[in-house]
Amino acid sequence: MLSDTGQKLYHWLDERFNLTPLIDYMQHKQVPVHKHSVWYYMGGVALFLFIVQVCSGILLLFYYQPGVDSSHESVRFIMTKVNFGWLVRSVHSWSANLMVFFVFVHMFSTFFTRAYQKPRELTWMTGFILLVLAMTFGFSGYLLPWDELAFFATKVGTDIAGAVPLIGEAMKIVLRGGDDVTGATLSRFYAIHVAMIPALFTVILGLHLLFVQRQGMHEPEAFKKLKPEQKKMIPFFPNFVLRDVLLWLIILNILLFLAVLFPWELGPKADPFVSAPEGIRPEWYFMFMFQFLKMLPAHIGFMEGEVAGILFFTLGGLVWLLTPLWAFKKRGKVDIMLLCGLLVIAFILVMTVIGYVY
Amino acid sequence: MKRNRFLNIILGGGTLAWLGSIFYPVFSFLNPPKRPEANVHSVKAGPADKLAVNSGEIIKFGRRPVLLIRMDTGEVRAFSATCTHLDCIVQYRQDSKQIWCACHNGYYDLRGRNISGPPPRPLDVYPVNIVNNEIIVSKPKQMG
Ligand code: HEM
Ligand code: FES
Repeated sequence: MLSDTGQKLYHWLDERFNLTPLIDYMQHKQVPVHKHSVWYYMGGVALFLFIVQVCSGILLLFYYQPGVDSSHESVRFIMTKVNFGWLVRSVHSWSANLMVFFVFVHMFSTFFTRAYQKPRELTWMTGFILLVLAMTFGFSGYLLPWDELAFFATKVGTDIAGAVPLIGEAMKIVLRGGDDVTGATLSRFYAIHVAMIPALFTVILGLHLLFVQRQGMHEPEAFKKLKPEQKKMIPFFPNFVLRDVLLWLIILNILLFLAVLFPWELGPKADPFVSAPEGIRPEWYFMFMFQFLKMLPAHIGFMEGEVAGILFFTLGGLVWLLTPLWAFKKRGKVDIMLLCGLLVIAFILVMTVIGYVY
Repeated sequence: MKRNRFLNIILGGGTLAWLGSIFYPVFSFLNPPKRPEANVHSVKAGPADKLAVNSGEIIKFGRRPVLLIRMDTGEVRAFSATCTHLDCIVQYRQDSKQIWCACHNGYYDLRGRNISGPPPRPLDVYPVNIVNNEIIVSKPKQMG
């Protein structure tokens, strides 16, 4: 009965939109199975967490009121008065952090399996843009509760942007909506967080996924060398998709576990006429940059230390974005790219640890 | 051939002008209009004997935070409370009798000079007068 209606509905749609080739396409798309296959799921996990962000974020919008006199109050209201408000907020915060984490994991896994090579250059580049956008999501969202830590972290973060030569001061003023971090900054960050970045992110993510669907999964070196009959494959639809969904369920459970057992806290309200408290720090995924800037001497050659640091990260980001264009081929036993990747990870880890220990 | 190039230049220039006519207003819109800062020349900061010896307090000087300190000698001094490093708000430390920024552990002495940590410049000094036991903080001269 039910499947009967389903069949009818399918035929109705198929007649009008010619769906059969699409379904065929997805059934014919094959996903390789090998010992590095787990990494194929990391982008999917990031995608799932993004969907969680969109849903929980829209819920929060029903109660959140941006403004110096209302932001902190409305978040407190969500946490104490609204049914399950604490849960929705906690999920949004935890999922944001997990999403950034999994985007990093996904990026490094595609780096180490060399999935960025021809023909997937643009998949890599759109992916990197997604990482930058995800971090912008985090930075702009951090300020919205208007608590003390976020207030000073935003002052520091936007002041760093102001150190950029030539355009820095203008950038800072546009970001802050004036000379200082005020209610004007809050309005801007709100617009950026709930409208601008979501729209951009959705477009870039659409491209990224389109590329992946058109090109199919990248096969690692060892797998590519196998004879066709030795290559183990599973169809993308339904086999791979079902495994994806199973993993999403597991991730959802972990997320809820974290959100319930470690509810996200809300600090005291920001006050521009109170001294900065101890322990001002950015979110963990900015820590490595922040710590590195902090460790630079006041002057490097003819430049201010901060300026040199910003230059370093801008160039580093650019080089990383353009990886497909300069990547070294593997020659015999020496794998320069493996070394590069490990070096970058080591740098990020060491700086992050120092940042938290001191 | 010549006509072709001519057309290309016209078309290209037209596209550029069109893009400019979209983006120029957008970027100008995002650049916030200057709000005239209330021209505060001095503020009254309460009775001098209310501020305890060896303590500090943040007061509002127009839209800017200013740190008021009463030293062991009883003398009152005032400094811009905005750290010259990355914009945090500093505080007076009773234990070391210095000005301290918690953000990155920067220290200034009681003349506002940056003495350790990342701050690159001294804090602006605001002249203080005490008239009939009332603390009066005025704008530093070099700030125009
Ligand atoms: C929120 C951000 C992101 C989402 C939601 C996302 C999603 C996905 C998904 C679902 C896939 C297919 C499954 C997989 O290979 O894991 C994929 C593939 C890919 N992604 Fe992402 N991604 C994101 C960010 C990134 C970043 C930051 C990079 C690298 C700079 C990147 C590079 C790639 C590459 C090269 C592939 C092709 C992998 C292959 O075919 O083996 N992605 N992405
Ligand atoms: S902002 Fe004061 S030391 Fe960095």
